[in-house]
Amino acid sequence: MNLDTTPGRAAPAAVSPAAAAVLAVEGLTKTFTMHHLGRLLPGFDNVSLTLAEGEFLLLTGENGAGKSTLLRTIYRSYLPDAGTATFHMTDGRTIDLARAADVDIVQLRKGELGFVTQFLNARPRVSAEELVAEPLILAGRSAGEAREEAQRMLGAFGLKSALWAAYPSTFSGGEQQKVNLARALVRPPRLLLLDEPTASLDRTARAALVARLEAMKAAGVAMIGVFHHPEDVARLVDRELKLLRHRDTREAGEEAAA
Amino acid sequence: MRATPLPLARNAPQLVTAAPLLAMTGVAKRYGDVAALTAVDVAVHEGEVLGIVGESGSGKSTLLRMMNLEEIPDAGRYTLDIAAHRGANLFGLDRYERRMLRVREIGIVYQNPHDGLRMRHSSSGNVAERLVITGERRFGELRRRAKDALIASDFPIKRMDRPPAELSGGMQQRVQLAKAIALEPTLLLLDEPTTGLDVSVQALVLDTLKRLQRERRITMVLVSHDLGVIRTMADRVMVMRRGAVVEEGLADQVFQDPQHPYTQQLVHAKL
Repeated sequence: MNLDTTPGRAAPAAVSPAAAAVLAVEGLTKTFTMHHLGRLLPGFDNVSLTLAEGEFLLLTGENGAGKSTLLRTIYRSYLPDAGTATFHMTDGRTIDLARAADVDIVQLRKGELGFVTQFLNARPRVSAEELVAEPLILAGRSAGEAREEAQRMLGAFGLKSALWAAYPSTFSGGEQQKVNLARALVRPPRLLLLDEPTASLDRTARAALVARLEAMKAAGVAMIGVFHHPEDVARLVDRELKLLRHRDTREAGEEAAA
Repeated sequence: MRATPLPLARNAPQLVTAAPLLAMTGVAKRYGDVAALTAVDVAVHEGEVLGIVGESGSGKSTLLRMMNLEEIPDAGRYTLDIAAHRGANLFGLDRYERRMLRVREIGIVYQNPHDGLRMRHSSSGNVAERLVITGERRFGELRRRAKDALIASDFPIKRMDRPPAELSGGMQQRVQLAKAIALEPTLLLLDEPTTGLDVSVQALVLDTLKRLQRERRITMVLVSHDLGVIRTMADRVMVMRRGAVVEEGLADQVFQDPQHPYTQQLVHAKL
């Protein structure tokens, strides 16, 4: 692979100092209450971070430090129990993701808020290209245009064209993940959360993923990512945030320009 | 760590400023000593799929029958954001008005096809019946529209003149669905639509519902005790128990981070 494997701040020129704020997380805390066990399980405690347009923040920390939990809480698959997560929308309005109404989150997820995991929610009898075209159609693009772009994305991720019209529920894990990524990345959100998207990817798909993320970053998409092999995305990373178990996490050094 | 961390309360909608398509407030109903529903509030926005889960006796089907104006509660308001009745409490309409509203604006699929179909009339006739009520009398037009609705419901069209009594359970549900969508309703209500079907048939019916939702953006309320069905279909989920809503949230949140002890028990029992 021809990627730069130097970890850390490998893309110093990527963020202009005037880049607009996208996300400001302050004191965000998540605890799981397991009623049947009468127990509390810590997710993460008192996390603060900021993120500007075009910035890529790498989340690190040992297993169980709450990296995925933090991403899911920002996406609101989990409900936080303290703190704020102020999201600056494209039109300049702000909304606290920690408290936003469910219907507002549904709306944000259709456009400005994206999430990529390693799992595909395959649906019976929906073809790969339909799945990938769907976010574009929801955004108001014509069916023909959406289909063309979906095919281009699937091609870029290395899914054989013979499979474009087939149903992903029958695909292998690696093929499903290509469809999943194509769908998640076909339409740039404003904030993209990445939860180990390179797991189970072959080399072609991994290179396509990095290329797509790079293009999105250049277009101003802000990203927070958890990667099992951070060297995959080393040249995209602007900053790193290490989550500590049972400890407050605050970014060291200077704040991002806001 | 605090002893009992509570999830943050959610704000009123800020981005979605349109009034909910369906709004119910303070809906309550008693049958003798039994409280079937106690002060239930529901809001469903246009294009959403709301899933309602709970075991039998939780009040979920009673609530759905009220949405269909088949049953009137002891107390509560029900509004639909539609031109003819905007702002009016639909529970206050007379029987005739309720029936016309139901025909024009609401489609329903029952768990038991006998509740929704005339089992010995032809399937196409069952679907056309709704169109007749609205005044359509031209035979060709009735047949064409019934056929369109059956096709949209993935019903094998060469069997459109067979009566539901001679069809499989999955096919009977497709006839109900065709009847429900024939007039392009504002609201589609689904009461355990796939319960009792073979798993493979169930998946196909759900797939049809998904496709209709995707293509037509129909607002749906889906009641099921089957969490898998709700998880496949719903954007948001309401969990009911003993006539009350114990938890409400985004579908992924309710399944991945259930808050109420009862919801945790439900979700963990499933997994």
